[in-house]
Amino acid sequence: MNTINEVIIKSDTLSQNKKELSIERRALFIRRVLANKMIVTGGVILFFISLIALFAPVITQFSPYELESTNRLKAPSATHWFGTDNFGRDIFSRVVYGARVSLVIGISVALITAVIGLFLGLYSAYYRKLDHVLMRFADGLMAFPSILLAIAIMAVMGPKAINVVIALVIVESPVVARVVRSAALVIKEQTYIEAMKAQGASAWRIIWGHIAPNILPSLIVQITYVFSVSMIIEAALSFLGAGIPAPSPSWGNILFDGKSVIYSAWWMTVFPGAFLLLAVLSSNLLGDGIRDLLDPHSNKANK
Amino acid sequence: MSSTHLLEVNNLKTTFSTEKGPITAVDDVTFIVKAGEVLGIVGESGCGKSVTSESIMRLLNERSTKYEGEVLFEGENLLHLDNKEMRNIRGNKVSMIFQDPMTSLNPSQTIGHQIAEVIILHQKLKRKEAYKRAEEMLRLTGIPSPEKRIHEYPHEISGGMRQRVLIAIALACKPNLLIADEPTTALDVTIQAQILDLINDLRDEMNMGVIMITHDLGVVAEVCQRVVVMYLGQVIEESDVEELFSRPLHPYTRGLLQSIPQLDGDRSQKLHVIEGIVPSLYEVPKGCRFAPRCSFADELCLSESPTLENVNKNQKVRCWHYEKIMQKELSC
Repeated sequence: MNTINEVIIKSDTLSQNKKELSIERRALFIRRVLANKMIVTGGVILFFISLIALFAPVITQFSPYELESTNRLKAPSATHWFGTDNFGRDIFSRVVYGARVSLVIGISVALITAVIGLFLGLYSAYYRKLDHVLMRFADGLMAFPSILLAIAIMAVMGPKAINVVIALVIVESPVVARVVRSAALVIKEQTYIEAMKAQGASAWRIIWGHIAPNILPSLIVQITYVFSVSMIIEAALSFLGAGIPAPSPSWGNILFDGKSVIYSAWWMTVFPGAFLLLAVLSSNLLGDGIRDLLDPHSNKANK
Repeated sequence: MSSTHLLEVNNLKTTFSTEKGPITAVDDVTFIVKAGEVLGIVGESGCGKSVTSESIMRLLNERSTKYEGEVLFEGENLLHLDNKEMRNIRGNKVSMIFQDPMTSLNPSQTIGHQIAEVIILHQKLKRKEAYKRAEEMLRLTGIPSPEKRIHEYPHEISGGMRQRVLIAIALACKPNLLIADEPTTALDVTIQAQILDLINDLRDEMNMGVIMITHDLGVVAEVCQRVVVMYLGQVIEESDVEELFSRPLHPYTRGLLQSIPQLDGDRSQKLHVIEGIVPSLYEVPKGCRFAPRCSFADELCLSESPTLENVNKNQKVRCWHYEKIMQKELSC
C-alpha cells in the first residue's frame, strides 16, 4: 500500500514538472512568435481574409451570381462597394466569395501535398533504390513549367474545382518531396540516427520517430509557399479558362471578365487583383517568418 | 569455453567496396572479451578501431561492406543473424556509446523520451514505467534532479550531461556488452574522469563486458584490464594492461608509450615522435605493415608479414623481432 502511494506521488511530481516546463516553453514560443514582425503581419492579413471568406454570406448584400442588367459596369458606390461587372453582378460579393475558392483550394492543395511530399521525400531519402525511381519521376514532372502542366492536366480532366486541386497537387508534390528528401538526407547522416540503429530501432521508427520531426521546419515553410503558389496558379488557370468554370466567383474569373473592359472599368481588375496580391503576400510573409523562427541558425530566431 | 567468453571475435575481416576498388579496413582481427572485463582497443586515427566496433554491431552500410570471419556473442555468430534478430541484440544485449555527445542525441525529442524509447523497444514496458526506468537510469548516471531533466531537450543540457544521457540510453536495457567508442574524447578532463568512473562502477554492478575504444593511453591505464593495439587494420599486440605499460613488445606500442609526456621527465626534451604517417589503406605495405616506419625493420620485415604470436599466456605480438627487442630492453 505504501509503495503504491509513493509511486502515485512520484508520478504526480513527474507530471507536475512536465506541466511547468511545457507552460514555460509555450510562453517562450508565443513570445518569439509575437516578436517576429513577418509572422504577425502575414498572420493578421491572412486571418482577416479568412474571416471575410468564412462570413461571406453575412457581409455581402448581393448574391455573387445575381444579374442586374440595369446596373452594368457601375463604378464603386455606397451600394456596390467595388462596383459591378459587365453582367451587373456585384464585384464585392464576387471577390468575397472568390476568397473562399482561393483559400479552400490553397489550403487543400497545401495539406495534400504536405502528406504526399512527406511520404515520398522521407522514403526516397531512406531507401536509395526507391529514390532513383521516385526522383526520376519527380524530375519528369518538374521539367514542365508548372502552369503548362496544370493546364494540360485540366484539359484532360475538364474544368472543375476538384480537378484544379488534383492538378495542383500533381504539380506541387514533386517540389515538396524534393525539399523533404534533401532535408531528410542531411538528418539521416547525423550521429543520432546511427545511434538509433545501434539501439536496435527499425527503419519505420527511425523514419517517422526521428527523421520526420527534424525535417518539419523545412516542410512547414515549403507548405506556406505551396499555399501561395497554388492560389496564384488557380487564378491563372481560371483566367485562362482552364480552372474554376465560368459563373463561379473566383479571382481569376473576375480578372478574366474584367480584361476586355480594363480601360473603362478598372475596378473589375484592381479589387480581385489586390486581394490576390494580399493573400499571396501575407502567406509568403508568414512562411518567411516561420522559417526565421524555426531555423536555429538564423539570428532572428534568438529574440 | 565459450561460456566464459562473452564476445569472441575470430579473424574478423571487413572490406568496403569503393570506387578505387575494395579496401580492407579491418584485417584478421581476433580478440575476446570476458564478462566483467574492460578490453581497451587503442591505435592512431584510421587504424580500424571504430570499424571494428561497428562491424561487431553490423552498423556499416550493408551494401558496400563485406564481413568475413566470425563475431561470436554468447556463442552466436552475429554476422549470420538477419536484420530483425540483429535489432533485438542492438541496444538490448550489446549497446554502444558514441564519441560525440553533441550530435548523438535527437535535438527534437526530450531526453526522457529518448531513454524510454529504447526501453519500450526492447522490454515492452508501458510508457509510464519506461519513463520511470529512464528516470532511474539518469539518477544512476549521476545527473542531479533527473525528474526535471527528463523533460528537457538536448540543447538545454551540457555536454557532460549529454554524455551521461547517452550512457543511460546505452545501459537502459542492462546490456551484457558495452562498446564505448571514445566516450570521453569530446569532454574536458574532470568530466572524463567522472564518466570513466561511472562506466567502471556500472560494469561492476552489472557485470558487463566493456570494449573501450580510445587513442588515449591514460584512459587505458585507468580502466582497462586488457589491451589490444591496432595498426592499419590489424591487431599488432595484445596484452594485460600492466605488461603493456611495463614491457611493450611491438616497436609501434613502444613508440606510442614513448610519445606520452612524462610528469617527471626532462622538459627541455622534445617528445618522441613515430616518424612517417599511417599509409593509406589503398597501398598497404607488403610484409609487416609497420615496417616502413619502424627502426628495427630489415629485409624480412619488408618482404613477409609476421603473424600474431603468443609470447606468453598474457601477451601476443605481431613482430619478427620482438625477442631481440626484449633482450635489448633487458640489457640496458
